[in-house]
Amino acid sequence: MLGGFDFKVIFDNIGFLVEGMQTTFLLTIVAILGGLVLGTLLALARLSPFKPLSFVAGTYVNFFRSMPLILVIFWFYFLVPHVVGHPVGGFQSVLVAFILFEAAYYCEIMRAGIQSVRKGQVYAGQALGLTYAQNMRYIVLPQAFRNMVPILLTQAIILFQDTSLVYVVGVKDFLVSADLIANRENRILEMFTVAALVYLVFCLMGSFIIRRLQRKYAT
Amino acid sequence: MIELKNVSKWFGDFQVLKDCTTSVAKAEVVVVCGPSGSGKSTLIKCVNGLEPFQEGRITVDGVSVGDKGTNLPKLRSRIGMVFQNFELFPHITVVENIKLAQLKVLNREDQEAGIKALQLLERVGLADQAEKYPAQLSGGQQQRVAIGRALAMDPIAMLFDEPTSALDPEMINEVLDVMVELASEGMTMMVVTHEMGFARRVANCIIFMDAGRIEEDCTKDEFFGSERGQRAQIFLSKILHH
Repeated sequence: MLGGFDFKVIFDNIGFLVEGMQTTFLLTIVAILGGLVLGTLLALARLSPFKPLSFVAGTYVNFFRSMPLILVIFWFYFLVPHVVGHPVGGFQSVLVAFILFEAAYYCEIMRAGIQSVRKGQVYAGQALGLTYAQNMRYIVLPQAFRNMVPILLTQAIILFQDTSLVYVVGVKDFLVSADLIANRENRILEMFTVAALVYLVFCLMGSFIIRRLQRKYAT
Repeated sequence: MIELKNVSKWFGDFQVLKDCTTSVAKAEVVVVCGPSGSGKSTLIKCVNGLEPFQEGRITVDGVSVGDKGTNLPKLRSRIGMVFQNFELFPHITVVENIKLAQLKVLNREDQEAGIKALQLLERVGLADQAEKYPAQLSGGQQQRVAIGRALAMDPIAMLFDEPTSALDPEMINEVLDVMVELASEGMTMMVVTHEMGFARRVANCIIFMDAGRIEEDCTKDEFFGSERGQRAQIFLSKILHH
């Protein structure tokens, strides 16, 4: 039954697939970095003793965590051009959507991370004369980040898979590229099998790295 | 140097400090002792504003700790503090632990801070451990580094919050030796501890606390003599018999 499979189609279109994978990776990495920066700021705001700030950050997080990602992608696809006043590419709009969406999750991870740092460490920094900002920057956040590395990476793997949802607004990521070839060459089974294997390999590699890190940071 | 006047503090409904008044003069060593839960640690944390207090007044070198307008980070940078659990920063090396606040708070040059750090490590006998991470050191070594870290700020006074309570017995002396040396050099010190040997050797005054109240505040000779109050006597008989 598998005799009809023709994997030559992969090699004929390898450049096109690699290009798609580059888009997937670019989207994943920029969304992680942007989400992490924004998420950390949100976490600081959420933990702030200044109640209005903490309320705004909490509302943001609860809002985005209640939305299906696909809705957010769609929504920003139409919203972003409206806000900036001129049409933007699908890629830019999904980038904004992913960063804002991921930030809500990274906020909660970083919040847990910050709270995982012992109170004594905060005291020690304060006792040395560090300001609140310096204490966060040099003492608390580096430790919070370290404690959360495995969870941050798990979130990154989920994000890597979720980027395939850009399909709905026609951004040419890896999955869309595979789909285009599959239909053009009429090799649907081959292409989707290969696509599944590629996602599987990258995610397993990620999980492997996480397990190594967990062992390293487990104390 | 350090003055506390009628200091009271509450955690919710529970009053942890009750009308505490005492003072520490320059170059004086004051030992604070008492049963656990008596408010010793809370009292010492109030001195550099790590814990807020609701009533009374604390001044350090003339600066009021509780005032809203006080620059607390600046005041704290002039008072060294050593904690029960060392609280070295685990993500940076020993030498970086001692350099960090010198660079960020005192704005010293990297080279100057490095030299100072190595001198202090030399002094606490750990010059060869500079590039290690805190977790690679024994408890006693970590506490000596923590003392060095506090001294790097050239403090006008040092606060010790049960500096030997988390240590294995064989490591207590190496930390006490450093503290005795500090005291002999004329450092102003406020020390929460159960080490009565240390108190006998270097303390000028002893404060005995019970249930949030300062029950005794007297010279060492008075305290270890026969004039102390009943509660202090019971406490002492409990800890000195072992």
